[in-house]
Amino acid sequence: MIGAGHAGLAVSRVLTEHSLEHVVLERGEVANSWRSERWDSLRLLTPNWQSRLPGYPYRGADPDGFMTMPEVIEHVAGFAHAISAPVRTHTAVTSVSRVAGGYEIATGNGGIRCRSLVIASGAANVPHVPKVREAVPPPIACVTAFDYGNAERLPRGGVLVVGASATGVQLADEIHRSGRPVTLSVGEHVRLPRTYRGQDVLWWMEHSGVWNQRYDEIDDIERARGLPSPQLIGTPERATLDLNVLRAAGVEIVGRLAAIRDGRALFSGGLRNQFALADLKMQRLLDTFDEWARSTTPAVEVGAPERFEPTQAPESPRLSLDLRNGEIRSIVWATGFRPDYRWLEVPVLNRKGELRHDGGVVEDAPGMYAIGLPVLRRRKSTFIIGAEDDARDIVTHLASYLGTACRSRGE
Amino acid sequence: MAEASVKNGVNIDALLAAREALKNAPEAAKFTWRASCKWQSGTHATSTVQGFHGLGDEQSHKTQFSFETDHPEVFASEDHGATPVELVLVGLASCLTAGVATVAQNRGIQLRSVEAKLEGKMNLYGILGIDSDVRNGYDDIKVTFKIDADASKKDIEALVAQSQKRSAVYDIVTNPTNVTVEVI
Repeated sequence: MIGAGHAGLAVSRVLTEHSLEHVVLERGEVANSWRSERWDSLRLLTPNWQSRLPGYPYRGADPDGFMTMPEVIEHVAGFAHAISAPVRTHTAVTSVSRVAGGYEIATGNGGIRCRSLVIASGAANVPHVPKVREAVPPPIACVTAFDYGNAERLPRGGVLVVGASATGVQLADEIHRSGRPVTLSVGEHVRLPRTYRGQDVLWWMEHSGVWNQRYDEIDDIERARGLPSPQLIGTPERATLDLNVLRAAGVEIVGRLAAIRDGRALFSGGLRNQFALADLKMQRLLDTFDEWARSTTPAVEVGAPERFEPTQAPESPRLSLDLRNGEIRSIVWATGFRPDYRWLEVPVLNRKGELRHDGGVVEDAPGMYAIGLPVLRRRKSTFIIGAEDDARDIVTHLASYLGTACRSRGE
Repeated sequence: MAEASVKNGVNIDALLAAREALKNAPEAAKFTWRASCKWQSGTHATSTVQGFHGLGDEQSHKTQFSFETDHPEVFASEDHGATPVELVLVGLASCLTAGVATVAQNRGIQLRSVEAKLEGKMNLYGILGIDSDVRNGYDDIKVTFKIDADASKKDIEALVAQSQKRSAVYDIVTNPTNVTVEVI
């Protein structure tokens, strides 16, 4: 196992159930990314009762709340302890290469040979910043979600937030509240209300079966895997944080950042269509929920169907912004994350640097698996609650592979 | 100003007079251009232009102009006309060329011939939805002018530069525009 986050630990627990000998290599501490690569105020997008790991449900007093990062670390570390996971902390993997009968793993603490390995190093190791960043004029400070921390670390003055995923809308909201004028550049995005018919929208995702939809049942799996995270925030008030909310609060919404030319940021004029698409897709999802609620009797009482206001487009959205006149002092790039596979010396990446895999079974690399990537095997794959089902499927495949490999060698 | 001996076929005096007149009539300077499009079959459509609004009133071309658009047979289409993206190149080429003639007239440069070749590069991974990082439209457009005129190379280059500076289509292609699409 490479990585002792929630996904890697879930696999460890299922491997133990199968009595399969293994070790979990961790570059830092258990739940390392949650410790060091998140901003201060972040809470999980999923309510506490959904922070369920194999045999380890949430047992706290606030099932509808949203964990802060220290609480997530405690939860994941508590799970590691409960399952006595064989974790080797501070053991960074420096290379993985193929050898006869398996793989050779080099770490800062010596080498390991294994017949099978599961990559659980995460989907969000490095912030992705588009090439256009190179054209940002020098006095402007550029930060990503990794080095943001909190709004007070930004210079006073205007802030351009690029990207309207969960990260983008949350940071835009927080920075705006700090008194800094915020311009939010919006491309393709996923709009969701926090609650629907009285229940958390992710309760609907889980119970209606949407989250369980398998990767091989989805028409355009590449698109599904590349979708930005939904515009959600976990707050004690269970508040919705969509573009209407941000705009009403005073955040200026502009189109997708298309280019920076001669010190001016140029924004797409296609903003209305981005809104229309996100509204249509949200509508379609809510219809799916309603359909499910009609055809079954939900275990809890749900309210009446709701419909939400379309996203309000500014009369004439700003198409360009002078980055040299001092109005904008910093740019926050909320333009996504990528996994980091620089240590992986087995040729299993596609031309875009993504792992080639079929539902977590890495292609052309027998015995190699992945977990914790977007829509790996189900729509819920990257969420904490999604780890168990994927871990069970992966371990079933892995156990069968090891069994076959042993028999073929007459062991 | 515009030397009488130069004959590029541009009525520069009328244009300069209009410019003066519009300075004091901002409403008259607000134009609305229109086009209509009717689907034929497959990817074949027929677009027409005739009426437009400007100078504070409805205006009209002398006649209706019509344009067939389609896709070539390599796209499994019937090739009844240019592709819409080629028409964009046509728009850019003809706008820059008209600009060259106008600026030349204004600068007293006699043109003998003006030819432009355009190339727009596009990766089909965008419109086919294969790679969301690839844009749908052109990622690079190259215009090459071949101009024979009574002027130095430097003056001709300045002519082409000024033509870009005042070109509506060049601006449309190089800068974002708000677009609203409705269904009625």
